Amino acid sequence: MIDVLTLALAWVAGIALTTAALLVLVRIVRGPTMLDRVIATDVLVAVIVCAVGVEAAVFRHGTTLPVLLTVSLFAFISAVSVARFIIPDGEEARR
Amino acid sequence: MTPPDASPWVTAADVLGMAFLAAGACLSLAAAIGLLRFPDLLSRMHAGAKPQVLGLFLVLLGVGLRLRSGGATAILLLVAIFQMFTVPVGTYMAARAAHRSGQARREDMVVDELTD
Repeated sequence: MIDVLTLALAWVAGIALTTAALLVLVRIVRGPTMLDRVIATDVLVAVIVCAVGVEAAVFRHGTTLPVLLTVSLFAFISAVSVARFIIPDGEEARR
Repeated sequence: MTPPDASPWVTAADVLGMAFLAAGACLSLAAAIGLLRFPDLLSRMHAGAKPQVLGLFLVLLGVGLRLRSGGATAILLLVAIFQMFTVPVGTYMAARAAHRSGQARREDMVVDELTD
């Protein structure tokens, strides 16, 4: 009973995370602006961190936990560095 | 899997941990749907911030409840703290770049403190 419940919840988590990653990937491909892609990439990193954590929890090992630590430390650098080099355009640039 | 002779508390922690994992994963899915369907950058940012903090915290809580060791808990706590420090920095920079390059729709704003 407990094992079946655990297995079902693990499948729910896995399917939800896979679908989430695919949908975020669609947003990264579609854009339409570079900042949309930056935000979507950040969300993709969060989804991947969640997936690594779910894997570690389901199979009960702590091997991949340092990966979570490193990724959570450095994930924001991409957003910051791309945002620094966004070129102002259109109406707002002339203010 | 949980051993058959485990105490009720161990079983409860295992099942609760799995429930937290599933909840965090479903929150990530909801955020991904929002990211895909919301119309402009700032509302997408709003949807995307949910798995980065609450979804990840639910998953970390689930991992901690299932691993139940001191070292793992310390690492998970550090992950949570770093995530709370770094996510606002990146999101703030992206939002400010959006405002400066005119990609944030001004007519939808109630207060616009960056321009005023």
